[in-house]
Amino acid sequence: MSKSPKIAISGLKKSFGRKVVLDGIDLDIGEHENLVVIGGSGTGKSVLVKCVLGLLEADSGSVKIDGREAIGMGTREREALMQKFGMLFQGAALFDSLSVWENVAFGLIQGRGIERRRAKEIALEKLGAVGLGPEVGALAPSELSGGMQKRVALARAIAAEPEIVIFDEPTTGLDPIMADVINNLIVQCVHDLGATAVSITHDMASVRKIADRIAMIYKGRIIWCGAKDEIDRSGNPYVDQFIHGRAEGPIKMEVRAL
Amino acid sequence: MLDFLARVGRVSIAFLAAAGRLALFALNALSHCLRPPFYPRLIARQLIDIGYYSLPVVGLTALFTGMVLALQSNTGLGRLNAQSAIALIVVLSVTRELGPVIASLMVAGRIGAAMAAEIGTMRVTDQIDALSTLATNPFKYLIVPRLVAGTIAVPALVFVADIIGVFGGFLVGTYKLGFNPASYLFQTADYLHADDVISGLIKAAVFGFIIALMGCYHGYHSRGGAEGVGAATTYSVVSASILILLFDSALTSVLF
Repeated sequence: MSKSPKIAISGLKKSFGRKVVLDGIDLDIGEHENLVVIGGSGTGKSVLVKCVLGLLEADSGSVKIDGREAIGMGTREREALMQKFGMLFQGAALFDSLSVWENVAFGLIQGRGIERRRAKEIALEKLGAVGLGPEVGALAPSELSGGMQKRVALARAIAAEPEIVIFDEPTTGLDPIMADVINNLIVQCVHDLGATAVSITHDMASVRKIADRIAMIYKGRIIWCGAKDEIDRSGNPYVDQFIHGRAEGPIKMEVRAL
Repeated sequence: MLDFLARVGRVSIAFLAAAGRLALFALNALSHCLRPPFYPRLIARQLIDIGYYSLPVVGLTALFTGMVLALQSNTGLGRLNAQSAIALIVVLSVTRELGPVIASLMVAGRIGAAMAAEIGTMRVTDQIDALSTLATNPFKYLIVPRLVAGTIAVPALVFVADIIGVFGGFLVGTYKLGFNPASYLFQTADYLHADDVISGLIKAAVFGFIIALMGCYHGYHSRGGAEGVGAATTYSVVSASILILLFDSALTSVLF
């Protein structure tokens, strides 16, 4: 990892009422690095990336992007900072009222002020990069399958060639073949962009395909962080239980008898 | 007794907190109305949605309101042998009160609910967060066009409703009650002053802002999937309707 991190998170805390979700996260993500955050459902993975993006206000701590503090940033500064980011949401989050190409071109037209005709050309080019033909551009998002929606969302995330791309559960709800297609596209697109990528998932096939480095979150803290090759010999019982998907181990699921 | 007081206290605090959140939301939205970027295409689309597509329902309501008003006035004024005042009653009631209030209540049911449902669905499916990640301010893109269009479109609708409402009274007055058409129209024009219409349009602008504000506010803060969106839709219509009647009373005492 390079000496000055692209994203530096330290002491990040976030609670909802009495429920502590993030309890002092410390994590550095280097430039051009592909970090995957793993962890069970409800452990705070999505809250972590939402705090990094400013979609949720952290209670305390620090998030620095390229050395600049992002917590407490004003609206205009935040909008400018967002131009560095691309995001693929778990449910794709495509705009229903716009066609597919308008979805992909949205950030170019509204965020970057690129002329509509030029933005359409770029959008169709990006759709091609994720394996979708120009005929798809005219369709409405509701006319697409789940896998196609994820690909459109990926095209939208990379359309403005962001420096940092965030993937929130990119393969959730997809069949294994389509999940692998999406994983390959993510690796290819991030490589072509030369971007820094942060993915959150609990799909170990995705983790092994996408990651350079892996961090595991449990009870609001990073309990292990290391290179992809080290995860099978982490020596951490929590990590071992998670990657092998065992019900027995230190991570207890609260299940009540019927 | 203490339990009762604690409950009253909790309800009062919750009410004040909700009012405060709504006031902050409105101030934030108003501040974005004055700062670029502006989205004229989105404002135009909302003007068509709110103004043009509400015309049939508002027009029909106004027509029947004017007709019923003429019939009821005939019953009441007949007891005083003052049927000649029917045209006056119809034109003043429609322009000053019934036009703005009834048209706004119809728009609150049609448009306020639609706004809350659309923005609420965007909220629960992460589309509003997606706007932020695409360097687009959701307030400017979603809220401001609806507020501006609501404030402009509802007075325009009310102006049309005024004409149709008076026409409804004219139809009943001439075809059922036997008034001379020219005389009815002359009386209507004679009794009507510009400030009658203007005060109604001022009310309509305030009501249009309230309808859009409540639709946007409840949609923007909806939570929990389909159930949350449904609740947001209900709250937006109910709260807009109550606020319309409340502000109608306040504005009437200020403007008259």
